Amino acid sequence: MPSSVRLQEMIRVIRSARTQGEERGIIQRECADIRAQFRQGDNGERSHSLAKLLYVHMLGYPAHFGQMECVRLIASTRYSEKRIGYLGAMMLLDENQDASLLITNSIKNDLSHNSQYVQSLALCTLACMGSAEMCRDLAPEIERLLRASNSYIKKKATLCAVHIIRKVPELAELFTPSARSLLSEKNHGVLHGAVVLITELCEHNPGTLDQFRKAVPELVQIMKGLVTSSYSPEHNVAGISDPFLQVRILRLLRILGHNNDTASDAMNDLLAQVATNTDSSKTAGSAVLYETVLTIMDINSESGLRVLAVNILGRFLLNNDRNIRYISMTSLQKIVQTDHNAVQRHRGTIVDCLKDQDTSVKRRALELSLALVSAVNIRSMMKELLIFLSTCPPELRSHTTSGIFNAAERYSPSKRWHIDTILHVLTTAGGDVRDETVPNLIQLITTASELHCYTVHKLYRALVKDISQQSLVQVACWCIGEYGDLLLKGECEEIEPVQVTEDDVLDALETVLQSHMSSPATRGFALTATMKLSTRITDNVDRIRSIVSIYGSCIDLELQQRAVEYNALFKKYDHMRAAVLERMPVMDKNSPGHTNGDTSGEIKEPDPSKPKPVEAGLLSEPASQVCDLLDLLDGTDTPLQPSPAPTSNPTTTSSADLLDLLGGLEPTPVLTETVYEKNGLSLKIQCDKQTETEVTVTLIGSNSAQNDITNFTLQAAVPKSVQLQMKAPSGNVIPAHGLGQVTQTVVLNNPNKVSLKMRIRVSFSNQGAVHQDTVQIDSFPTQASQTSVSPL
Amino acid sequence: MMHFLLLFSRQGKLRLQKWFLPLPERERKKIVKDMTTMVLARKPRTCNFLHWKDLKIVYKRYASLYFCCALENQDNELMALETLHRYVELLDKYFGNVCELDIIFNFEKAYFILDELLMGGEIQETSKLSIVKSIEASDMLQETMEEYMSKPAF
Repeated sequence: MPSSVRLQEMIRVIRSARTQGEERGIIQRECADIRAQFRQGDNGERSHSLAKLLYVHMLGYPAHFGQMECVRLIASTRYSEKRIGYLGAMMLLDENQDASLLITNSIKNDLSHNSQYVQSLALCTLACMGSAEMCRDLAPEIERLLRASNSYIKKKATLCAVHIIRKVPELAELFTPSARSLLSEKNHGVLHGAVVLITELCEHNPGTLDQFRKAVPELVQIMKGLVTSSYSPEHNVAGISDPFLQVRILRLLRILGHNNDTASDAMNDLLAQVATNTDSSKTAGSAVLYETVLTIMDINSESGLRVLAVNILGRFLLNNDRNIRYISMTSLQKIVQTDHNAVQRHRGTIVDCLKDQDTSVKRRALELSLALVSAVNIRSMMKELLIFLSTCPPELRSHTTSGIFNAAERYSPSKRWHIDTILHVLTTAGGDVRDETVPNLIQLITTASELHCYTVHKLYRALVKDISQQSLVQVACWCIGEYGDLLLKGECEEIEPVQVTEDDVLDALETVLQSHMSSPATRGFALTATMKLSTRITDNVDRIRSIVSIYGSCIDLELQQRAVEYNALFKKYDHMRAAVLERMPVMDKNSPGHTNGDTSGEIKEPDPSKPKPVEAGLLSEPASQVCDLLDLLDGTDTPLQPSPAPTSNPTTTSSADLLDLLGGLEPTPVLTETVYEKNGLSLKIQCDKQTETEVTVTLIGSNSAQNDITNFTLQAAVPKSVQLQMKAPSGNVIPAHGLGQVTQTVVLNNPNKVSLKMRIRVSFSNQGAVHQDTVQIDSFPTQASQTSVSPL
Repeated sequence: MMHFLLLFSRQGKLRLQKWFLPLPERERKKIVKDMTTMVLARKPRTCNFLHWKDLKIVYKRYASLYFCCALENQDNELMALETLHRYVELLDKYFGNVCELDIIFNFEKAYFILDELLMGGEIQETSKLSIVKSIEASDMLQETMEEYMSKPAF
């Protein structure tokens, strides 16, 4: 039998272990001893062993094998064993363990024990870990103790009752009668417990709440007694008489007075008294004042009282104690919407708190400052916020920038101020702004047409200074591309003139293009801007041409594609270049395309600020805009059918692709012939492209009947030597009344140059009936010829 | 109501844990870890309040020990500071110039004292004197037993 090591000795030994491994070894040995001890049964050593086990448990080691021992020790007759047994139960047992039920009987017995200290152990344990079942079992006992016992037990029984109500709300009725009478107790402990119990009862049941409203005068009396009483050493904390009790009573009054005029009236005087007389030089007093303020703001108090409360919070803002400043700001945050003017009076102090050392205080000050921005103070507030932004901790930056933008959008006194503010933010914290800032800013700039010259100058200068802030660089590139001509003119009313040459501008853009700091999106902006400048500058077009062609072999696919397209604009479509690269139209903020990047799904790149010239038109109805685009181009004058309409089909290339659109249009007229017309369904064939060995046509199906055509499919057959490739159709439903159409592109490869023929089988459903038909096309529409069609 | 009360050293070693809500062991360990990390990371002259999940965390450092508790939304943080202070005062009265070692070697007594101050997450007695008297009386009860059994309690 190993000699029992005293608890403290064991602790010493464990602490002297030099490594984790050594400690584990010691713990293992001790646990083995403890287990052996438990098996031995009652020999007066059990409480030592359990105490040791509890220490081991606190270090983080498993101790579940002690659970039954707790149950046994609780049942013991010795006080020392009960004490440690109950402590063990609170530490090792909770309502999820089965063993916890086993102590219910012991608790029941101990609740009626002779010694109040044993009763107290039972009450404490029940309130700490009592499960719902145990609570139901023992509730009547607790209720009895609430009524008839000494104050030591009464105060514990009330808190036990609170626990029972939290676990089993239905038992609240059991305790309601006794709760009221407890308010007449003199003992502060019991009184405090009673107030907590009543608070709990009221929170659970609105009916009970009504009942307890009648207790308001009594509570007011008690408070008055505390506030005006003479010094009582037993309950005094820093000059306040029992602040714990005061705070709980104020909290209960808050619940009782909420939304109730009578109750609120009854407590008005008291609240005024507490608010004015409480000394707040120490935490205890401040705590009471804080609770008073919360109560005043939450009940139906008179306006004078509310102003008093806000002033107290304002005074708190100037307090040296950081905790009190923090508390005051959280409270002000809650009332800033309802009592806006009152809080505005303290704006200066709040703004000063932005400079506090503590991040939590800074955060609160930021929230409040943003809530206090109004049309009247926007200029001065923005100054402060911008200063804050330059020094604020990184975790607050994005919140600050979005707050600044919201405020600027709502209250900006002028467009120029707005643009300046956003530019300032981008320069200071461009990395922490939200994604939609760039398109929003661009949209703002386009609408401020009188400021284009000023804006582009400012942005150019910012760009030359620093190209690391991506959002700023993107906006700058866009503007330079768009308004480069204004930049080169040199004069601007609102800014000192600086001579900018074409080379300077192209240098700046090239720097962005080549810098490793620029993101792919930014380089896209820069490349497009360079391209746009080709129509706005006069001397250096060749330089632009060479820049663009270099990027034609860039490894970044996006950049490469753009460069190749722009190259095409230089070479093949030079006559269109000026028109394509014209000034963009002003973006209307409410147009359907102007959602956060979600333009109509057909457009491949969702970013509406990507300055693909075609996209200006594509922001709204894409189909009709294709025609508008064609109107821009002087090439064609034959009426064109709405060519491949926007499809949801992923295999067809998107109509937003510049080259595809241009590829789809021949400068020469294109013919469409109707090859089939029956029962409302009409099928047209349109020749898209024709070379010596390849023909691309589009089959267009439309429906002029009353009912929709569904399951529309086309099958085609061609002569043996011709290779046929049918692309996926745009859909298989043709709406009635000509409201829509289905198109399908067919590519015919004719290496032997035989005469092209095609047989098409049409099948569809209409009103439930399935139809099938065949059409033979003997020759395809070409420039000079007419199609000859023979329906079979 | 207070959800839990923790005492830990500057090295993050747990000296006392009182839980007022039933939580599985794993959950408790995680919370202790979170609390120690969060509180120990705080710089010296910052305020004593934190937000964690939907709870308000109030902590105060006394010499080498951090006292940390978690409150619900309607609880008064400043009062919680007073509660922590009251507990320290009681420990001080009991042990006489209490230091961390006292709490380490007499952890069960620290719990007994706490159980006279708080119950079910609420304050149970507002008079310091009353609590001190109760502890003394309980200790006496234990000692009487000891004398009778002529053996030390632990």
